[in-house]
Amino acid sequence: MLRVLGVPSQITRDPHLLSHADKLILPGVGHFDYGMSKLNQSGLLPILNELVLERRVPVLGICLGAQLLTRGSDEGSEPGLSWIPADTVRFDRSKLGLDLRVPHMGWADTEFRSESPLFSGFNEIPRFYFVHSFHLQCDDSKNELCWATHGYRFAAGIHHRNIMGVQFHPEKSHRFGKIILQNFVGLKGN
Amino acid sequence: MRRIRVIPTLLIDSNSGLVKTIKFGKRTYLGDPINAVKIFNEKEVDELLLLDIDATRDGREPNYSVIEDIVSEAFMPIGFGGGIRNVRQMGSLFRSGIEKVVLSSALHTHPGLVAEASARFGSQSIVGCLDVRKKLLGGYEIVNRIGKKATALSPVQMALQLQDHAIGEIIVYSVDRDGTYAGFDMNLLRSIATAVEVPVVACGGARGTKDFIDAVVLGKASAVAAGSLFVYQSETKGVLISYPKLEEMNHIFTAIDQAQP
Repeated sequence: MLRVLGVPSQITRDPHLLSHADKLILPGVGHFDYGMSKLNQSGLLPILNELVLERRVPVLGICLGAQLLTRGSDEGSEPGLSWIPADTVRFDRSKLGLDLRVPHMGWADTEFRSESPLFSGFNEIPRFYFVHSFHLQCDDSKNELCWATHGYRFAAGIHHRNIMGVQFHPEKSHRFGKIILQNFVGLKGN
Repeated sequence: MRRIRVIPTLLIDSNSGLVKTIKFGKRTYLGDPINAVKIFNEKEVDELLLLDIDATRDGREPNYSVIEDIVSEAFMPIGFGGGIRNVRQMGSLFRSGIEKVVLSSALHTHPGLVAEASARFGSQSIVGCLDVRKKLLGGYEIVNRIGKKATALSPVQMALQLQDHAIGEIIVYSVDRDGTYAGFDMNLLRSIATAVEVPVVACGGARGTKDFIDAVVLGKASAVAAGSLFVYQSETKGVLISYPKLEEMNHIFTAIDQAQP
């Protein structure tokens, strides 16, 4: 999708390349512990922490990538990146009823903070593709970026300064996702 | 409004051609799958299910380069099945942009694979497809693509076992209804969807949007899939790639919401 948007991007685990990036995307599909241990093994954490926390390079976590921004997940025992004061928690099945299943798989209308630059340019409520068994939960609602409903309303995205994460998959969400990625790429650094 | 996924199912053969089967047998060649995916992408479909129906029979790996070509045209989630037997293959598929891997034969030939794959990639990306046929003397059995009985377990027993192995979703594909426009097999669907807690996708027999509503309301499915309905103009006519318009989709969702307060 970035290629279609004409944005030069590179998938990398090279610290030198990373240190020159204007923007970072942390994607991820999979198990929380597997994702975190892969990040740990990559040896990239020091440079990532420096880029994101000190140099404030904009970073967008997607799906598991968004969950990794939190302190940890009900899915596993590894600590997360802890860049945002939030946790990743299991869907509360007792609030879902019989007809709603976990994983939550599918499209959901997503409300967002009107002041968020990530969501500028929508003239309808956007819908995005979600596929997850765990969701984000912030200590403070000010870190919630957007919301969707699956049985109950949950934070579908979180933010803190230059750090953003969305539970849904913009790259799999047609023109709605395209707008999100375009907005992210257009954000000013620092 | 709860949005139910409506998923076109595309079948691919040994020559990477798009085909449609009837009852897993008689095949019709429809053209180039990439073209179909392009059109579905323009129509902003919810999700695509892509099944290479010859890979296992041929003892072949998934055709990664074709899959990559297809995925690069699609900005929606794609589930891919066919020829997958290990987590290495799954890793390659996820890297090429596939959202979910769909296991069918391997559920029976590689019983440990679902648990291993879920622990590695997360349940939500591992889908089981049960190809189910009615038995002559009543009841149902799971078969493989060449029509042989695949397991001694009943479809419900198999579904429960998959759930224990942390499967993310189960596609219930009725072989008898495949390509027949006879509607989903509601009894089969309901028996499985009420036995498990994971999402169940209805597949095989769809003839119109009414079937979609029934599959969710009566069959307790979480999503619906259809082949013929979205690739043919009608039962007796030629190829035409189609998909419900936004208003039709909203009509489906509203009907489901009203039936399930």
